[in-house]
Amino acid sequence: MSLLDHFPVLVVLLPLMAAPLCVLIDRPRLAWALSLAVSWLSLAVAASLLFQVLGSGPISYRLGGWPPPWGIEYRIDLLSAYVLLIVSAIAAVVMVFAYHSVAAEIAADRIARFYAALLLVLAGLLGIVATGDAFNVFVFLEISSLASYAVISMGRDRRALHAAFQYLVMGTIGATFILIGIGFLYMMTGTLNMQDLADRLPAVSDTRTVRVGFAFLTVGIGLKLALFPLHLWLPNAYAYAPSAVTAFLAATATKVAVYVLLRFLLEIFGADFSLRAMPLDLILILLGLAGALSASLVAVFQEDIKRMLAYSSVAQIGYMVLGIGLASPTGISAAMLHLFNHALMKGALFLALGAVAYRIGSVALRDLAGLGRRMPWSMAAIVLGGLSLIGVPPTAGFVSKWYLVLGSLEQGLWPVALLILLGSLLAVVYIWKLVETAYFKEPQTAPVAVREAPLSMLIPVWILVAANLYFGLHTEISVGVARQSTVQLLGVAG
Amino acid sequence: MMSELALSPGLILILGGLLIPFASARQRLGLLLGLPALTLGAVWWLPDGSLLTLPFLDYVLEPVRSTAEGRLFATVFSIMAFAGGLYAHRQASRTELSAAFVYAGSAIGVTFAGDLLTLFVFWEIMALGSTVVVWSAGGVSAYRAGLRYLLVHLLGGVVLMVGIVAQVVETGSLAFQAMQPDSLATQLILIGFLVNAGAPPLSAWIADAYPEASPSGTVFLSAFTTKTAVFTLLVGFPGADVLIPIGLYMVFYGIIYALLENDMRRILAYSIVNQVGFMVVAIGIGTPMALNGAAAHAFAHIIYKALLLMSAGSVLLMTGKRKCTDLGGLFQSMPITAINGIIGALAISAFPFTSGFISKSLETQAAADQGLLWVWMLLVAASAGVFLHAGIKFPWFVFFQKDSGMRPPDPPTNLRNAMWLFSFLCIALGLYPQPLYAILPYPVDYQPYTIEHLVTQLQLLLFAGFAFFVMLKQMRRTLTISLDFDWFYRKFFKEIGKEFTGRTSAARAAQEQRMLGKAQRLIDNLYVHHGPRGVLARSWPLGSMVIWVAALLGFSLLLYYL
Repeated sequence: MSLLDHFPVLVVLLPLMAAPLCVLIDRPRLAWALSLAVSWLSLAVAASLLFQVLGSGPISYRLGGWPPPWGIEYRIDLLSAYVLLIVSAIAAVVMVFAYHSVAAEIAADRIARFYAALLLVLAGLLGIVATGDAFNVFVFLEISSLASYAVISMGRDRRALHAAFQYLVMGTIGATFILIGIGFLYMMTGTLNMQDLADRLPAVSDTRTVRVGFAFLTVGIGLKLALFPLHLWLPNAYAYAPSAVTAFLAATATKVAVYVLLRFLLEIFGADFSLRAMPLDLILILLGLAGALSASLVAVFQEDIKRMLAYSSVAQIGYMVLGIGLASPTGISAAMLHLFNHALMKGALFLALGAVAYRIGSVALRDLAGLGRRMPWSMAAIVLGGLSLIGVPPTAGFVSKWYLVLGSLEQGLWPVALLILLGSLLAVVYIWKLVETAYFKEPQTAPVAVREAPLSMLIPVWILVAANLYFGLHTEISVGVARQSTVQLLGVAG
Repeated sequence: MMSELALSPGLILILGGLLIPFASARQRLGLLLGLPALTLGAVWWLPDGSLLTLPFLDYVLEPVRSTAEGRLFATVFSIMAFAGGLYAHRQASRTELSAAFVYAGSAIGVTFAGDLLTLFVFWEIMALGSTVVVWSAGGVSAYRAGLRYLLVHLLGGVVLMVGIVAQVVETGSLAFQAMQPDSLATQLILIGFLVNAGAPPLSAWIADAYPEASPSGTVFLSAFTTKTAVFTLLVGFPGADVLIPIGLYMVFYGIIYALLENDMRRILAYSIVNQVGFMVVAIGIGTPMALNGAAAHAFAHIIYKALLLMSAGSVLLMTGKRKCTDLGGLFQSMPITAINGIIGALAISAFPFTSGFISKSLETQAAADQGLLWVWMLLVAASAGVFLHAGIKFPWFVFFQKDSGMRPPDPPTNLRNAMWLFSFLCIALGLYPQPLYAILPYPVDYQPYTIEHLVTQLQLLLFAGFAFFVMLKQMRRTLTISLDFDWFYRKFFKEIGKEFTGRTSAARAAQEQRMLGKAQRLIDNLYVHHGPRGVLARSWPLGSMVIWVAALLGFSLLLYYL
């Protein structure tokens, strides 16, 4: 076997192995350099995997050479290759940004361990996506979650500890629910391999055990993806985590949870069971809409921009869940597109905000006054990212909103389409508050010499901003991949 | 097909407008006059047809499609941007100039849009640009009015967007072409367009927001939003019957409110609703003659309405007063402003040898040709009403009437030049309409200067002005005799007038207070739940979080068992 054949596991192994190395090195700069190298290598591997999948179809990799269902199978299909690429690309960009930001926000003697934990988060997230084994999903979920509790708790604000603790409790409940759910499925089918599960479940889908398992799984995954009203851990976790962590988690962690939801609902249980036989589609539409509108409203009134964007993330997750709830090919493609686009826009926004925090040391709305002139590049990035969040053409955000509205109209759900657009109007309001403060208000205190953020921060920010614009105009890649994976997941009929 | 380099001419103004804040004073004048001229050149240089196609998702975008209708509107928009820039360049703030040019450019972008998505994008830029124009007047009332204005337009944008998506679902095409309001999709698109035209029930935003802008800002605002809506209706819904009653309502709404109003620029803002009503009726009639009429009327209207608002803006700039009751007698010290105001007033009243005469009559004639007796009669009656509220009321109360004692001089040169330019255009088009007729969307077979038309129109104007002229004579005589009659109009009418303005503005203020109160209560309510300390936003204790998990699990289990 050549090295190329090992790529499906290599993408996970790279960060997983580099993490202990970071602890051993224990030198901030070297640890950063190693993390940077590893994240870019992962990105390269993920990109190559996507090309392989696009070229020759899904890849199945047998861990240790054991054939499934006895051994663990790593399975890369189009959807997982796509999500792998998103996660590793965001990680690569965030690592560039992290150098200055982390040095400013975290004590020097902890930095190496911080990078080790961050790499573990990355490894866990990549593992969830790469594996084709249901129990393995739980294992990687725990790896990424435990590591993310650690990185969140390293935030400067002392409330970060409490936020991390709350996240830990809620996350653990979520993971336990998922484990219980998987246990029920194992009980009925005797297998943990996803494909085997998919084959054997229809025969037993009428049993109570499977239904209870289904309930535990959906609620557990709902917790991890911050489905309204299970989102309560998220705002504090995002608000008090270090800037780089917020950007990374906001752009990847909930996205991977959405991926898990898609995987379980559409592949393992099958759309017929999960969205048609069970009333989950209605639950998802209602909770998605409630989340989108309520969280947007909360965001409007927030004075802390990080919290504002965190609530906006809850709202955006609402849109994705709504897309899945539509249970149509267009709706599910829209959810996948939004998964991708939201990673781009929230990544850009939180990174730009991190650059602001690096210079002014605050993310309170009032401290942004007059910043449009003093940090023009960072603020311009926030404005462009905000436009994408609202869904203004020609940004990426528009494309996914478009498909979402299209999907709901296809089902004749007029009120849903209107509510989606009203949600966008709310986004206009809270983004406008940012713009108004930054560009039209004079700073309250005497102007301290605030300079533009260093280039090592601006470049990653603008890479993501450019991606927002690029994928708003060139939709073939993102839309094409989303559609093809929808067809794969829903079967030929989709 | 042209090269791939064809870009929407509107982009010249949009991108150029964004440069304005960075230009020095001299460069700024160059930009203000050069950009519209360049745009006008580009508008006429582009050949007919769709010049650029972009694949987008499953559809084809045509961001640059040159048509006769589009070119006509783009032409007058460029001229307007030129004169507006000339009028504004010394007095207006940089923000206002920049926003106004972005606004004008996006309006031109709409006229060149070949697909609904491009149209929507420029539509929304237009809403934002115009809001900033209102805001740049400064002050609380401008800020509030701008916010209300923005809300109306964003709401209209949402309706339009839903309509566009629905249209795509139904027809699979994004093309911007003639439609009929027979499906929910096209109806929503129509509503989206009509919101910008100032159609009922959302007519009030025009008179609410426009007079709050700066003197030059109002001039810009009067030209683009409503006329772009007329353009989209003209291309998208020619012959849609529903437009006839809507347009008639607008015609009379404008007249009645303008007659009751005291603020001179608000009178003219109501008059915009009235004039756009004429165009909407003509589009509803939908014959080539009527559509020509709507297009020609829009062209002429932009020029004379801008001229009227330039004149009113000059008065406001020099006196700082905006109410008719505070003004009067300004003819003595502001003759140039007065003359230009009167020319604009004559043009809007369709006086022979002005641009109103040669354009508006196409519309009434079209109604007559179609045998729409009632429509024709109402339009003719409304023409008399136009003369009353805009043709006489505005110049009379501002420049003549009682002597207010103020003796402000005429405004600075650049304002005067802009006014002269538009006065010239009003009269030139009236005397020599052929160039305008030549660029109308359909071939014109119409001769405005027939004896019959001249006589009818003059009769109409005479009768409409009858009351006013009689009163003028009476006034001079009653200074000495006829105390009763003197009281009747000098006291009684004045009191009634005062009472009316007082009542209406009090009612307005009360209404505004009530709406504001309602909005405030709604926001307060939302704040209670969604504000930083609201139940939906505060940090929850762990126990409550877990209760939610349990609740959702129980709920799901219940549902899955059922």
